[in-house]
Amino acid sequence: MAERVLEIRGLEVTFRRGEERIRAVAGVDLTLAAGEALALIGESGSGKSVTLRQVLRLDPERTTEVAGSVRVGGEEVGRLDRRGLRRLRGGRVGMVFQEPLLALDPVYTVGQQIVEAIRAHEPVSRAEARARALELFRLVHVPSPDRRLDAYPHELSGGLRQRAMIALALACRPQLLLADEPTTALDATVQIQVLLLLRELQERLGLAILFVTHDIGAAVEIADRIAVIYAGRIVEEGPVRAVIRSPLHPYTRGLLASRTEGALVKGRRIAAIPGSPPDLARPPPGCAFAPRCSLAVEACRRSVPRLEPFAPGHAVRCLRAPEWAASAA
Amino acid sequence: MATSPPPAVEPPLLEVEGLVKHFPLRGGFLGRAGRVRAVDGVDFSVARGETLGIVGESGCGKSTVARLLMRLIEPDRGTIRFAGRPVGSPELPLRAYRRRVQMVFQDSWSSLNPRLSVEESIAFAPMVHGSPRAEALARAHALLDRVGLDPRRFAGRYPHELSGGQRQRINIARALALGPELVILDEAVSALDKSVEAQVLNLLQDLKDEFGLTYLFISHDLQVVRYLSDRVLVMYLGRVAELGPAEAIFEDARHPYTQALLRSMPSLDPDARTREAPLQGDPPNPIDPPAGCRFHPRCAFAEPVCARREPALAACGSAHRAACSMVEPGSGHGRAPRRAEEVALG
Ligand SMILES: Nc1ncnc2c1ncn2[C@@H]1O[C@H](COP(=O)(O)OP(=O)(O)OP(=O)(O)O)[C@@H](O)[C@H]1O
Ligand SMILES: Nc1ncnc2c1ncn2[C@@H]1O[C@H](COP(=O)(O)OP(=O)(O)OP(=O)(O)O)[C@@H](O)[C@H]1O
Ligand code: SF4
Ligand SMILES: [Mg+2]
Ligand SMILES: [Mg+2]
Repeated sequence: MAERVLEIRGLEVTFRRGEERIRAVAGVDLTLAAGEALALIGESGSGKSVTLRQVLRLDPERTTEVAGSVRVGGEEVGRLDRRGLRRLRGGRVGMVFQEPLLALDPVYTVGQQIVEAIRAHEPVSRAEARARALELFRLVHVPSPDRRLDAYPHELSGGLRQRAMIALALACRPQLLLADEPTTALDATVQIQVLLLLRELQERLGLAILFVTHDIGAAVEIADRIAVIYAGRIVEEGPVRAVIRSPLHPYTRGLLASRTEGALVKGRRIAAIPGSPPDLARPPPGCAFAPRCSLAVEACRRSVPRLEPFAPGHAVRCLRAPEWAASAA
Repeated sequence: MATSPPPAVEPPLLEVEGLVKHFPLRGGFLGRAGRVRAVDGVDFSVARGETLGIVGESGCGKSTVARLLMRLIEPDRGTIRFAGRPVGSPELPLRAYRRRVQMVFQDSWSSLNPRLSVEESIAFAPMVHGSPRAEALARAHALLDRVGLDPRRFAGRYPHELSGGQRQRINIARALALGPELVILDEAVSALDKSVEAQVLNLLQDLKDEFGLTYLFISHDLQVVRYLSDRVLVMYLGRVAELGPAEAIFEDARHPYTQALLRSMPSLDPDARTREAPLQGDPPNPIDPPAGCRFHPRCAFAEPVCARREPALAACGSAHRAACSMVEPGSGHGRAPRRAEEVALG
């Protein structure tokens, strides 16, 4: 078995907001091996970003309750002190976001920012760091890289900015790249360029990538495995082919039904999942999807189904999946 | 000029001719002032009851077209006619036009006043246009119901108490409150996740059928554009690259930019992933667009003629036109069809 770069076990994240307790992540398990790309897909508010942020402990400790374990390269993130966290962030773990303007500092050139990031983690000279920044810009295929290093973020197009942010995230040769919807704001021609770039980096650098998205097409382009999250729990996980071709959870099937081949036929209504996700401050007692699920039976509402292995590497959290899959086969 | 006789057939609901908008760049070093040629000569029309999709690379001018149509900004040149009448003329003053055309923006926050409750937001414009308050509120409740939000639960909420999908449905209700004929949707579903998006798209179709609406639908999402549009307009760097029935655009694209755009759609088949980006490089600078065909520096089919002359929008099928020298007869491009007289001469 390849080295485990990331191991999340029983992660629970609860936010306190006044009297309310919002359980954004309600027990997530995920493992990522070196050089593997996992796409975490799910609808808005399902807990994708919160899960990702916990890998770096980015949420304010004061209002956030965290349970469970997150290990990066075998090291328990929850036990790291301030210095340890600083080494982790931008060191062994790089992160890219949907909106590069939030991650890049507007008053420094992108080159300066990469140089600073390298020097914050490694004892190298400015000239050496600059040479590495240039190398990184070549790696992410920025045209005229030398000149572009001296550009300010706002002087770059959306696609170039996204590349600059990826270069920044890679500055200290991370083993793990966390990518939160890095292509959602880009148009189709640029999106595919960035997805191909990430795939190339995964192969060339042996980078493990955790890619958060609600775009199934982007997930299929990049991922070896797909995990589907609903209301703070993984409801299905498996190899990309298995999840796309034979989805097991009613939610995954609903999600795919609104998008895959033949889903959007002119003049015909789109098969939309009815209803809306549960209020995370008052989650239902059983399966969180039950109120919207056409297969739900009494048992679904009693207790939360377990994530059960179904086929090799393919697991599902649904009481009725085995039965349903058997009847569909 | 004498007023023209009433036309025999209904004119297009919207006719746009020679639309130009350049943004001056402030300052600039050494007094070098440039202009962003955001929209640089655009013609199209939309029939009543039709949905026209607009696609194109980021920055190609889609939102500028939308803002020009809404008259949020003034065009430098060009005319906009609505139901046969020039917009802003005595025949169709702006105020009357603005009741008939509404817009939904990508950012669901941008057009909602955070201090107004949902029902007040929806009733606001009708009240400004003279509707009595009680009537406007009653209609707001009916619209809420129509967009799938129970007025008893949602009428009193404020924007921050709603999810993104719910806010966008409020925006749609708000846009419908004046009973418009044309609704411009600028990336109106882009921020929604797929399950909410499906609900909103179904809603848009239902509303269109129910109220006989005409849509201008701007989106990055080509699958959704195909699903919703009768015709599609492809823009490139401030100009129309291709225009035609949705089926023709998606099945038989003629402009190399459109072809590259369509091949850029993610595959959805794990065994047929995209191997190479269909379009390399960055969009060129709209301040100083390339001479000739604006796409030629990135085009796999470019020939010397492409750098010299700007192709006209040439017909390449019924109601299908593309601005590419390969389509224009006798353009001098090796792949161009020959002119009729050339063919006759053998
Ligand atoms: N700091 C916070 N305080 C309170 N609630 C929060 C906080 N951060 C996130 N949440 C809530 O936790 C839930 C999960 O949020 P998260 O950002 O992970 O969603 P997501 O899956 O990334 O959605 P999206 O696709 O919209 O980005 C949401 O309901 C959100 O409102
Ligand atoms: N007020 C303005 N001042 C200067 N330039 C502007 C202004 N508004 C738009 N532009 C420029 O005009 C061009 C067209 O912009 P527009 O917003 O219309 O593009 P778009 O096709 O809607 O792009 P996107 O898909 O990213 O929304 C861009 O180069 C943009 O930077
Ligand atoms: S456990 Fe029951 S309610 Fe939940 S998804 Fe499966 S069938 Fe539907
Ligand atoms: Mg998120
Ligand atoms: Mg726009």
